[in-house]
Amino acid sequence: MLIRHAPRYRSSEITPEAVYLSRRAFMAGAAALTLLPGEADAAPPPPVDRLPPLKAAPHPTYRHTDPVTKIESAVTYNNFYEFGVDKEDPSRNAGTLRPRPWNVVVEGLVRKPKTFDIDELLKIAPLEERIYSLRCVEGWSMIIPWIGVPLSALLKRVEPTGNAKYVEFYTLVDPEQMPAQKKGLFSWSSLDWPYVEGLRLDEAQHPLTLLTAGMYGRVLPNQNGAPVRVVIPWKYGFKSAKSIVKIRLVADEPKTAWNKAQPNEYGFYSNVNPTVPHPRWSQATERRIGEFRRRETKMFNGYGEVASLYSGMDLKKFI
Amino acid sequence: MTRRTRIAVKVAVWTACLTPLALLGWRAVSDDLTANPIDFITDWLGRWTMRLLLASLALTPVRILTGWGWPIAFRRLLGLFAFFHGTLHFGVWIVVDHYFAWARMGEDILKRPYITVGVTALVLMVPLALTSTAGMIRRLGGRNWNRLHRLVYVTAVLAVLHFMWLAKTGRIEQYLYALIVAVVLGVRVAAAARRMVARSSPRGPRTGPPDPRTLGEVEGTSASPRTRGAPRAID
Ligand code: HEM
Repeated sequence: MLIRHAPRYRSSEITPEAVYLSRRAFMAGAAALTLLPGEADAAPPPPVDRLPPLKAAPHPTYRHTDPVTKIESAVTYNNFYEFGVDKEDPSRNAGTLRPRPWNVVVEGLVRKPKTFDIDELLKIAPLEERIYSLRCVEGWSMIIPWIGVPLSALLKRVEPTGNAKYVEFYTLVDPEQMPAQKKGLFSWSSLDWPYVEGLRLDEAQHPLTLLTAGMYGRVLPNQNGAPVRVVIPWKYGFKSAKSIVKIRLVADEPKTAWNKAQPNEYGFYSNVNPTVPHPRWSQATERRIGEFRRRETKMFNGYGEVASLYSGMDLKKFI
Repeated sequence: MTRRTRIAVKVAVWTACLTPLALLGWRAVSDDLTANPIDFITDWLGRWTMRLLLASLALTPVRILTGWGWPIAFRRLLGLFAFFHGTLHFGVWIVVDHYFAWARMGEDILKRPYITVGVTALVLMVPLALTSTAGMIRRLGGRNWNRLHRLVYVTAVLAVLHFMWLAKTGRIEQYLYALIVAVVLGVRVAAAARRMVARSSPRGPRTGPPDPRTLGEVEGTSASPRTRGAPRAID
């Protein structure tokens, strides 16, 4: 790959527009020379310090005792396969995503299906800032101040029917905006698009589950799932679907993207659980981004209040 | 090859072998090791261990296919550089990644197949590194030395397994390395098969003792007429 350097953000860095634009042109030129699928059309997203601020009231209890991860780490170290499989890819390539205008369809087993404009969606409840730990299945974690509304507020609005048991989240499919969705040689594709994730209805209604539109006081950067994603802090990060265009309430357990790709490695529940190793590596410890020593991983990523959702379930079996 | 060319080539190879670490150092001082430097360094060293290992293994096929004998002289050097990077890769895992958490590391070595094969691959390189001196080659004798050093094929296969088993779904680089290993080992197998056919025919090319000039090569490859006059080791 030709582009090795993600645009890096230093807290002190305010990018003058001319520099930003010339860098963009350079990246596009360099990208045009690469052979990997989609890379040729990629462009870096705008620097985060140029994103509009998003006002939210700090949540009184959903805070974290550990220090917040540096923003430059949170916006350059991402798993977002729609923009490439390497962690620096989203921060290099997500410039093609157009987060406005944006609609989110909420449908399925609901009495009041509705298509929400993104700005309307964010008005269904007052925006809150919540500081959550994010634990990736790969063994690293960050502490991130998210901004959003409880997903339960949206679900209440559309009135799930009695048959609704699960919620599905669909990420955008548009290879023009998400260049790594283009097929490569031999129609190779890293995952089967669309990226579908899902929760049990009671998990989706849990107060911790956040429909998220911002972080670090601003709207979501493209590489972090703009304009709207979910955050489910007691589950591994890949459960938190990004750039959502559709939310469906259904009766049967959804077929989720990672589960389809590697059924024995990524279960439907995927709750953070230090006692259940990934088939290839241990989940007992994690590296907090920005720290040197590993930390012990906590059950449910430290969100023990969700345990009652799983009473009577063998969490070594329902992985 | 003139003496001056030989020196120039030698300098070039040493420079090439030291470049990955120099680049890593440069990225470190320019704060360019990503948000997860420990992972980045581990991966960087792992990839260069792999590449140097494959480079050292590629020299014999190059000779078989092109008749160029002189690069063979660098095989031991490349192998030692591969071992050096592998040791750093392992060292980072022990010291930086796990910070001497011996119980955890022991468990990983026993339970996580990608770690098990990685450690095995590296451990198998230890006797090869220890016997890489001219004195050890003499002590062991060319034939034994060659036999022992076939262990590197096992290391190569295990290294590829290590990469395949650790790579996350959606990555493809690991298959490229698997393909290269298949080619560099496959060419040897094909050449050996041709030799066996030639030997079993009544007018086989030769049956004498191994040619001492090809010390440190796969036993019998010297039977191929193109490889006559293999160079003296200059490493
Ligand atoms: C000949 C020996 C070895 C070779 C050729 C090798 C090669 C590699 C390669 C190519 C990678 C992948 C880099 C990437 O993702 O881009 C890697 C990663 C890794 N290797 Fe090795 N390795 C060897 C030995 C070891 C040993 C002895 C250990 C430690 C016990 C080890 C632990 C790791 C770890 C922890 C990773 C990172 C996995 C991750 O990114 O999740 N390797 N190695």
